[in-house]
Amino acid sequence: MKKLVKMLVSSAVVAAMAFGMTACTSGGNPTTQATTKAPDETAAATTAAPADTGDGLIKVGIINNDPNESGYRTANDRDMKATFTEENGYEASFFYSLKNEDQIAAAQKFIQDEVDYLLISAAGTSGWDGVLEQAQKAGIKVILFDRTIDASEDLYEASIVSDMAKEGQQAVDWLASQNLSEYKIVHIQGVMGSSAQIGRSGALDTKVAAEANWSIVKQQTAEWSEETAQQIVQAVIDSGETFNVIYAENDNMAKGAVAALDKANISHGVGKDVIVIGFDCNTWALEELLAGNWNYDGQCNPFQASYIDNIIKNGASQKVVIMEEKGFDATTITADDVANYGI
Amino acid sequence: MTTDTKVQSKGSAGEFFGKIIRNQLFIPIVALTLLVIFNLISDPGFFKIALEPSSTGNLILSGNLITIIDNASELVILAIGMTLVTSASGGQDISVGATIAIAGSTVLRIVKGYAPDIPGSQFAGMIIVSFLLCVVVSALFGAFNGALVAFFKIQPMVATLILFTAGRSIAAWINNNDNISINDKRFGYFGNFIPGIPVPTPVFITIFCIIVIALVLKFTNLRLYSQSVGINASSSRLNGINPKMIKLLTFVILGVCVAVCGFIKVSRTSSITYSVIANNIEMDAILAVALGGNNLGGGKFNLTSSVLGAYVIQFLTTTLYKFKEIDSSSISAYKAVVVILLIIISSPFVRKLIEDFKNKREAAKAEAAVGKEKA
Amino acid sequence: MKDSAVLEMRGICKFFPGVRALENVDFTLREGEIHALMGENGAGKSTLIKVLTGVYPKDGGDVTLSGQPVHIKSPQDAQNKGIATVYQEITLCPNLTVAENMYIGRTSGPFTNWNKINSSAGKLLDELGIPALPTEQLGNCSIAIQQMVAIARAVDMDCKVLILDEPTSSLDEQEVQKLFNLMRDLKAKGVGIIFVTHFLEQVYEVCDRITVLRDGKLVGEYVIEDLPRVQLVSKMLGKDFDDMAEIKNDADIEKIDYNGVPVYQAINLTGTTGIKPFDFEIHKGEVNGFTGLLGSGRSESVRAIFGADRVAGGTVKIDGKEVKIRKPLDAMKHGISYLPEDRKLDGIVGDLSVRDNIILALQVMKGFFKPFSRAQAEKFADEYIKLLSIKTASQDTPIKSLSGGNQQKVILARWLLANPQYLILDEPTRGIDVGTKVEIQKLVLKLASEGKSITFISSEIDEMIRTCSRLVVMRDGKVVGELKGDDLNQNKIMATIAGGESK
Repeated sequence: MKKLVKMLVSSAVVAAMAFGMTACTSGGNPTTQATTKAPDETAAATTAAPADTGDGLIKVGIINNDPNESGYRTANDRDMKATFTEENGYEASFFYSLKNEDQIAAAQKFIQDEVDYLLISAAGTSGWDGVLEQAQKAGIKVILFDRTIDASEDLYEASIVSDMAKEGQQAVDWLASQNLSEYKIVHIQGVMGSSAQIGRSGALDTKVAAEANWSIVKQQTAEWSEETAQQIVQAVIDSGETFNVIYAENDNMAKGAVAALDKANISHGVGKDVIVIGFDCNTWALEELLAGNWNYDGQCNPFQASYIDNIIKNGASQKVVIMEEKGFDATTITADDVANYGI
Repeated sequence: MTTDTKVQSKGSAGEFFGKIIRNQLFIPIVALTLLVIFNLISDPGFFKIALEPSSTGNLILSGNLITIIDNASELVILAIGMTLVTSASGGQDISVGATIAIAGSTVLRIVKGYAPDIPGSQFAGMIIVSFLLCVVVSALFGAFNGALVAFFKIQPMVATLILFTAGRSIAAWINNNDNISINDKRFGYFGNFIPGIPVPTPVFITIFCIIVIALVLKFTNLRLYSQSVGINASSSRLNGINPKMIKLLTFVILGVCVAVCGFIKVSRTSSITYSVIANNIEMDAILAVALGGNNLGGGKFNLTSSVLGAYVIQFLTTTLYKFKEIDSSSISAYKAVVVILLIIISSPFVRKLIEDFKNKREAAKAEAAVGKEKA
Repeated sequence: MKDSAVLEMRGICKFFPGVRALENVDFTLREGEIHALMGENGAGKSTLIKVLTGVYPKDGGDVTLSGQPVHIKSPQDAQNKGIATVYQEITLCPNLTVAENMYIGRTSGPFTNWNKINSSAGKLLDELGIPALPTEQLGNCSIAIQQMVAIARAVDMDCKVLILDEPTSSLDEQEVQKLFNLMRDLKAKGVGIIFVTHFLEQVYEVCDRITVLRDGKLVGEYVIEDLPRVQLVSKMLGKDFDDMAEIKNDADIEKIDYNGVPVYQAINLTGTTGIKPFDFEIHKGEVNGFTGLLGSGRSESVRAIFGADRVAGGTVKIDGKEVKIRKPLDAMKHGISYLPEDRKLDGIVGDLSVRDNIILALQVMKGFFKPFSRAQAEKFADEYIKLLSIKTASQDTPIKSLSGGNQQKVILARWLLANPQYLILDEPTRGIDVGTKVEIQKLVLKLASEGKSITFISSEIDEMIRTCSRLVVMRDGKVVGELKGDDLNQNKIMATIAGGESK
């Protein structure tokens, strides 16, 4: 009996550790994942590459944020991994961290490894000058994606970014176009100070300040969490205040808000009592749109890889590339949109 | 004669008062009362409860009180496990938020694979399988933490730091980092309402958990053993208790609590965000234990007190959500101020001050009595 | 001896929830005297000292130091005012060095010259003849040396009032004499010394005056010459004291059947704590003892019997049947109970109630899934609180707020409740008052006459001679002799402990 207990315990520990370890290598943070070098010379030689390494592949070092951070980042990381493959002529190494210092250290390592291109989605905006100068001296070209940094434009080839303010503006314009007689808005914010929060809140705040019939019933951060969003909306409902718009700064929070609405018998969606607006275009969120449960979803385009690929292969036409952003209206969205733009 | 009896009744009233002050439930009850009064003043309709039809056409209860009791469910269940871990190991598990992410992710891993409209019996089977798997996984992670604490003698906070850091990555890895949303309405029953029943399901789950733990404490020696181990492990060992197994056991129990919480959490919104699900809940759970007047250094514990502490914290959170004037970015600061006040009131230092004051009064009385005798 | 009072305490009161620990107690200490503070467990000695040293705030009364009224706010404050204390339980930090322990909390400014401190600590240790290095970690020293370091610390603080709370309970005779010399030196320098002890002989050896407390109240203050021993004891107990010399009943000893099957028998029992493999057996109704100097392995031997430490080998038979005892629970299930040497560390479960402490062992034996009902537990506790006359406010009182002797009785109750066939008592009389000591010895003999087998260990050879019918003598982790019958006398035992043949 005792032996059995001991055995169970020890195997549990081993299992838990093994579980933990595999998880670390596949999703851990920070981790460096280097793809194996392609030994196949002939295959490599067939791909044309402007900067030729020994095996004919373009070596890129990709520094990104932790893919677990959000659905956006997951989609972004998948897009990068799908684009920078050997078939496309790349030999890519990845590094993930949410810490600026770790990212800078990784950049230095990539410079020592003599990559051809350094692709950076910086965690913080400052502190990058030194390492970018090193890269320049070493003849390594730098392309920023998703996030900008405070450094001289000379230090990088191009910067591919989303314009969060524009996303917010598109959503607010769409909302204005609904021509409601009165706008009573529950505004659920993301983590305060994040660029997405600033951009998406900014457009709405400006509009509310400008229009007499727009008012905020409740404005609070749910820090990207659906449960917190649910609790906030629940509190508003319990307090007896009425509202007709939920403006949630990402899909998950919109989902939490909708859960609270469902609980309280408040109808939502196309032609219903409450308009629901989300952001990020998760596939499941677009499906909600398709079903008419939500009204609008703003995109934050995570697919920078094709832009970068284009710049590497054809050269940069301008320093700052602002990506196309879409916004989907529940009344016009198609199943194809869901398939193409869902992340 | 009459004066005599009067004095006596006065004395017993003072005794009664002293007993209340010394009682562990005193602080959480006072905190609850203060919150109730505060809310009643600021909004007389705060405690209104309505029975109205929901979007599904079923009657449901709604109102602030229902919301608080509903939303506190996860915290209450966690506080139970956390109290036991605190008692036996003299430390806290800070990985519960991350392991809730793992538990929730495990459930979704099973559930996402099924078509939304499978027949009822199949659905029930799937839910049972997913829940059992989630319990097993969470218990294993609990055992992992427990083994580090019991066998490797690592301080609980340090030991659980491992999963605190890695847990959310593991959760994301379980589902290949997919952003999952379950379309089957029935999956949401566990975190919301079961059609036809006006009380939120998590409330039932919480009551069930409380009953289970009450029965466990009644029909086993868990209380005596974990308190003994927490107070004096060496002495407990010489009395035939195996301190390592008891510590491990409390961590496994916490693991099961985590599984239940994870299940409720993902059911509430039928989705998961790995990085923020049950964010900072470990701090609230530890706080609930502390607010309940339990010694965070282990030993004696009072579960009722912890459970009340958990409700106090959720009450506070909901109260803060209600206030429009409170700026988003400063909400945690407000919460911190209130919490600090509560913790100070419940600190041994303040309790001792109250007790000293009482003793002084008694001394004065005794001196007076002696004086009388001499006279 | 000068007659001016260095310390006066008047009408001191102290209350704990449900207990009046001190009620209107007066105490006077004169310059250059050694003043014994006597009383049974729970009489209020420790409380009075804790009030004096600022550990507890007093709830009433006044304290004057050299004629000045003072308010002592904390132990630190007491130190600053010239009141130094060496407590019964060692309160130093085992993970610091000897010198650090001597000077901690007494250095001024943010910088400390450790070299200087180490050398001055070394000098002082030499003067006092304490065999410890200043840089040695305190935890590695024996309890006796730790105690002496604590005294050295107090001595070095230039105190006006030195409180020694049970300083001799873990010292051997030689060390006690060294301490007494030191006390006389300090007395000559005009220091007032409060000496708390349970050893009557020591009181009469060094003290000038005696203050007796009983049940939190003052009984009286006496000059030593005016108070013969018997009277002192009767004042402490509040009743006449029957002669304790002859408590052993020879008839009971004769009943022991040494040829029968032993209740417990160990052959070549091998421990892992530095003792040599040993053989041991005990018969029904027998009281035996293990004796030897501190560190001779007597405690380690009984711990090995109980499975308290890992056992490496050997055969154990209970009633002639071979059994395996690997951990305490095995021993308990085979009817062995063990009252450990270190009450605070291994015995009590401090925050738990007296009731829970009493039922603990029996409860564990009954099993995890079979808790006693509350009523049953209360019945057990009541029964044993009465049986051993344990002084406690209630069953629910945490055991840690009881006095040392009453704590010991609770632990004793725990093991009696477990109803063992073989009861091991390791230093059950250490640090408790004389009345309880006798009670415990009588209890041991009564249990033996009822057919239980008992191993009784005590540092006081007198006690062993009074209670035991057979003594196992140990030296350096080895059994070096076994004494019985007429051999059970002080000289023979000493000689065996010391080694060499006694003539």
